[in-house]
Amino acid sequence: MGVDSLLRLKGMDLKKGFLDGVPIALGYWPVAMAYGLLAKSVGLDFFECTSMSLMVFAGASQFMALNFIASGVGIGEITAAVFLVNLRHFLMSLSLSPKMLTQHRGVRAVLSFGITDETFAVASIKEKYLSSSYLAGLEFISYGSWVVGSAAGYAAGAFLTETLQESMGIALYAMFIGLLVPLTKKSRKALYIGVLAGMLNGILGLFISRGWAVIVASVLAALMVPKKGKEE
Amino acid sequence: MGDRYLLFFLMGLATYIPRALPFVFLTESKMPSFLKRFLDNIPSAILGALIFPGVLYSAGEVYFGIIGGIVSLIMAFFELNLVLVVAGSIGAVYFAKLLLL
Repeated sequence: MGVDSLLRLKGMDLKKGFLDGVPIALGYWPVAMAYGLLAKSVGLDFFECTSMSLMVFAGASQFMALNFIASGVGIGEITAAVFLVNLRHFLMSLSLSPKMLTQHRGVRAVLSFGITDETFAVASIKEKYLSSSYLAGLEFISYGSWVVGSAAGYAAGAFLTETLQESMGIALYAMFIGLLVPLTKKSRKALYIGVLAGMLNGILGLFISRGWAVIVASVLAALMVPKKGKEE
Repeated sequence: MGDRYLLFFLMGLATYIPRALPFVFLTESKMPSFLKRFLDNIPSAILGALIFPGVLYSAGEVYFGIIGGIVSLIMAFFELNLVLVVAGSIGAVYFAKLLLL
């Protein structure tokens, strides 16, 4: 294959990643705006608000950090809590890693920054193998929406009605459902695993923190259905 | 204030390290097969745990979460485009709120 056609392939992958990222970007936008709004209300300035989104890129942790900042919790405690909340990304990164086509550590180091619940979900369901261009496109549009949305939320304030804002809370869950359901139609095993993980998460969530519940429930469900189920 | 930027930097590290470690250091050739089988199950497991019970509390009162969840389930079953599933669910919840609130 000539360099020209390789480049064209890369371009196509990048575009596909971009397009697959559109539902993520849509879902992030209202959440990011809500974050920006809250950041303003707890007294961050515009650059602090935007920098946190640029440097951290993790929704739940950023909301948590705002609450902690507002109540005067120390830096060490906030960092530790953020680490615990985001440990689940370890599992996602572990699961995506063998699908990556490139073995280049530098490229992987850059792309790993953009692994979130949502980019993980789309990348692992939509693609069997991941090219770096695809993942770059997917992550870029998601990250862009997150950062720009945070800034817009801070700058614009509440211009959506509360009803619309609340309704948009369903967006990312709708996306997760839209990814999981077609998978369960093809594989009975995926159905069992998904339902089991959801149930375990619901039960565990009563006793342990949300971050841990997701990790423990996913690991248990993935271990409890080990045999190849009926595919197709 | 410098303290805040130090905090963001540390938060960034705390988020980045779990994301980066397996991605940078674990490549397929080094993986035993039981680990691969386990990891094959991870996407559906994590999706299940991300959806439930979070979806219930995602749109205000629990029944709006249920309405949005059911609408997206139906659209997902017919394998509509993801953007449609997302937009349709937002629309359904919004419409339900207008009717019921």
